[in-house]
Amino acid sequence: MEWEAVIGLEIHAQLATKSKIFSGASTAFGAEPNTQACAIDLALPGTLPVFNAEALRMATMFGLAIDAEIGRTSVFDRKNYFYPDLPKGYQTSQLFHPIVGIGHVDIQLDDGTTKRVGVTRAHLEEDAGKSLHEEFPDMTGIDLNRAGTPLLEIVSEPDMRSAAEAVAYVRKIHALVTNLGICDGNMAEGSFRCDCNVSVRIKGEEKFGNRTETKNINSFRFIEKAILGEIERQIDILEDGGRITQETRLYDANKDETRSMRSKEEANDYRYFPCPDLLPIVIDEEYIEQLRATLPELPDARRERFVSEYSLSDYDAMVLSADRYLSEYFETAATAAKDAKLAANWVMGEVSKHLNQTDTAITGAPVSAEMLGGLLQRISDNTISGKIAKQVFEAMWAGEGDADQVIEAKGLKQVTDTGAIEAMVDEVIAANQPQVDQYVNAEPEKRGKMIGFFMGKVMQASQGKANPGQVQGLLKQKLEQLV
Amino acid sequence: MFEKTLAELAQGLNSGEFSSVELTQAYLQRIKEQDSHYNSYISVTEEQAVAQAEAADARRAKGEAGPFTGLPIAHKDLFCTEGVRTSCGSKMLDNFISPYNATVVEKFNQAGAVTLGKTNMDEFAMGSSNESSFYGPSRNPWDTDRVPGGSSGGSAAAVAARLAPAATGTDTGGSIRQPAALTGITGIKPTYGRVSRFGMVAFASSLDQGGPMTRTAEDAAMMLNVMTGFDPKDSTSLDQAVPDFTADLNQPLKGLKIGLPKEYFGEGIDAGIAEQIQAAIKEYEAMGAEIKDISLPNTHLAIPAYYIVAPAEASSNLSRFDGVRYGYRCENPVDLEDLYKRSRGEGFGPEVQRRIMVGTYALSEGFYDAYYKKALQIRRLIKQDFANALAEVDVIMGPTTPHPSWKLGEKSADPVAMYMEDIFTISLNLAGLPGMSVPCGFSNGLPVGLQIIGNYLAESRLLNVAHMFQQATDWHTKAPEGLA
Amino acid sequence: MALDRSDVEKIAHLARLQISEQDIPEYTTTLSSILDLVNQMQAVDTADVAPMSHPLDAVQRLRTDEVSEPNKRDHLQTVAPAVENGLFQVPKVIE
Repeated sequence: MEWEAVIGLEIHAQLATKSKIFSGASTAFGAEPNTQACAIDLALPGTLPVFNAEALRMATMFGLAIDAEIGRTSVFDRKNYFYPDLPKGYQTSQLFHPIVGIGHVDIQLDDGTTKRVGVTRAHLEEDAGKSLHEEFPDMTGIDLNRAGTPLLEIVSEPDMRSAAEAVAYVRKIHALVTNLGICDGNMAEGSFRCDCNVSVRIKGEEKFGNRTETKNINSFRFIEKAILGEIERQIDILEDGGRITQETRLYDANKDETRSMRSKEEANDYRYFPCPDLLPIVIDEEYIEQLRATLPELPDARRERFVSEYSLSDYDAMVLSADRYLSEYFETAATAAKDAKLAANWVMGEVSKHLNQTDTAITGAPVSAEMLGGLLQRISDNTISGKIAKQVFEAMWAGEGDADQVIEAKGLKQVTDTGAIEAMVDEVIAANQPQVDQYVNAEPEKRGKMIGFFMGKVMQASQGKANPGQVQGLLKQKLEQLV
Repeated sequence: MFEKTLAELAQGLNSGEFSSVELTQAYLQRIKEQDSHYNSYISVTEEQAVAQAEAADARRAKGEAGPFTGLPIAHKDLFCTEGVRTSCGSKMLDNFISPYNATVVEKFNQAGAVTLGKTNMDEFAMGSSNESSFYGPSRNPWDTDRVPGGSSGGSAAAVAARLAPAATGTDTGGSIRQPAALTGITGIKPTYGRVSRFGMVAFASSLDQGGPMTRTAEDAAMMLNVMTGFDPKDSTSLDQAVPDFTADLNQPLKGLKIGLPKEYFGEGIDAGIAEQIQAAIKEYEAMGAEIKDISLPNTHLAIPAYYIVAPAEASSNLSRFDGVRYGYRCENPVDLEDLYKRSRGEGFGPEVQRRIMVGTYALSEGFYDAYYKKALQIRRLIKQDFANALAEVDVIMGPTTPHPSWKLGEKSADPVAMYMEDIFTISLNLAGLPGMSVPCGFSNGLPVGLQIIGNYLAESRLLNVAHMFQQATDWHTKAPEGLA
Repeated sequence: MALDRSDVEKIAHLARLQISEQDIPEYTTTLSSILDLVNQMQAVDTADVAPMSHPLDAVQRLRTDEVSEPNKRDHLQTVAPAVENGLFQVPKVIE
């Protein structure tokens, strides 16, 4: 029997406003508990919300970026439930009239095809605070710093059919919100969170199976693993003749499994109704057109431009165009290096490797794009070899200066003086008679490969500084003479 | 001194007849001696009052006094007052010392007013008799066996008993106008949005509106000059210019078109009240007003719609009282649910719990359309009734209440009977219109209120209409017998 | 419209109100009578009437995105029933 997964995603993107959605408290991450929770955030009696203009702008920008209907009149509703991290006893959200209506994004699949995924809606709401369960032995501690941070909840259609498609979709939304500058995209800090609705059905069936919602997933990798695990779990149950319980599950990254959230089992009755403390948000054509004019270049357009402008491969263009800051870094480095392909290789290679190893964002890289461009120029003009360049890059990353300073200080300048190289070649030939004999007696077509041994020796002797092209040419010439 | 209106007290302060400290201390002394009869105050803020009075006198000495500087008033105990208990008449907030000031309180402080204390009220403003207060009922100075009305019953009793020259109140379904009528004082509920709701503990957000409770229309105008105005902290605050509400008090009423809705003069109205209202209308006719019979056909639906809209909003507004960040918390909760249920079950009184449950039910799954949505549709019909009527007349008049004050406990067992007492006041809150109650006589020795309803933002007109009546009659000057 | 005991218990739970056993009959009666009162609305045809949530025809005003609220934790927590290390405390929540 062939099974098919049906996946829909709810993404919560924290909007990168300075202050909260309904109060003037700061949204900065990592402050001492409750130092960024003002009287309004604490829901003190008598306090009232006033809506943040920037949250509206950011939500509208997202709507324009996914080609969605923008709600000309959107309304805040109250979602009523009791929880200690929800100070008012209701979450202010938008149920009946969201700010962003139906839209779509295109995702690129591994087989090179493109798939369109529908976005049902995106609405504004306030984030809850945090419950800290480990702080005290018998009590839970409540930190309301996060309470009232603006969120855009982006709800997809159940259009995805595999974990890979789901991840591609999440990456696309992530790329969009970071490119728009409306979310910092930091998944570890919870600025970008994802709930996955997963069900399975026999391929070809139209009816959806019972679905589960998995919450608390905070990395692309975990999204993939959580969905793969959940699909497998559901198929196992169904193949054993069981039924899928519609429920909320929690992903445990340590055990790489999902488990049922018992506390949320009780069916909720949220008693939504329009928030009487807030009035309808009405926006006009002029506002929308003004924002449309400020839309930055988005990843899809940038990808195409990278292919045409820099002759990058589709894959390289996709990787480099997704993140706004990474693409800016690449373009700056490419311009400075005057070699886009070389810059692309370095950004995707050494730069990405170092960022991952040190868990650094591209915006915090100790080697700026300009500095990288300077380094790459030294490769292009044969001052150093590619291999030495990696050594130089390490030193630059460690803060030892720009490329020229490091090359100078460490004396890494490439040796291009023919006389000097020739002397080293002669020395190596003289010191390795057995290998020379092998070379001389070998079939001519095998000799090319054998040069590698002598290359290594010469480069070693020059501490990597000899120009590899010159070395190779001289070696070939001298060895052939001995044949 | 205690018979003087705010306007007269302002004159006394200006002329140096007495200082604000003298005035304040006289009132504080009187409260100490008399309030045990009326229970009109929950908290008396003696120290702060004297300090504010001293500051006011100093300000006056420097020649920087404004019209309100040094005048003592009382605040209904749901306006947040920094450093002072703000209880809302509830055990839930008995321990709540507000860490901030309501915008209204801030405005009075800045105008140099002196706060004598915080007045008694129905718990969370839910009630028409003041009997749901955690602090015991306030009593009607005209007959202390009777209720002063509610929910701003403490403010009404304090003003009627001359324990404050004026007080703030709030009106969600009649809570300023009804107690004003029952205690023989003047009260106005402004247009929704005129007075900031920031720091005014919410009962029903789309209906609540603060306003003054005074002895005269002129005093109400003085209070409104301080209280009203756009507040950026309240999304529902009206961004409208505020006139000088005292400017047009003396405009002649010749040609004023008064509408009398037939629905306000039907069966079920106390005979004495009907008689006094007719007499008041005659008075207006004598001043040159024209009387026109009108109809507000959906009046009978106002109470049903209100008892969905108000409890629904309240059920959500009162969810924040959970024993976590402030307010009453039950002893030794065993788990989270226990914390919530006992803190709320023990902290709220029965009427509040009843309304929370009605609202919860009306919003719950499967009932939203039949109750909440239906009530919002009726609300539009009621607003439309007024729009039609006010296209033809300048003001609408009728009784503020169907009955005069009743005995304590008389209607406690039957909440619906109590709700019906707000039949003429509630529809204005649904529509957001301004309305006023002025004393217009007595029925069996108990005060009767005349309600005057005007168009949106027409407070100046209402005050003018009320003031001219008070120039022609002396009902508003009557004091309960036996006042010391 | 009459509510029964289980309706009242369900509503009280949704609203997180502890109601004593002996009070349930009275709540059942009074809530039912309130519902009878409000059910007068059902006689009116409102099919063509748009619901009105706000008394005035106003739209939401926007606040400039500025941090205007400084840290007042200590002041605001003076009214809190249980605070430790700056955190509000509630009985242990099990998720």
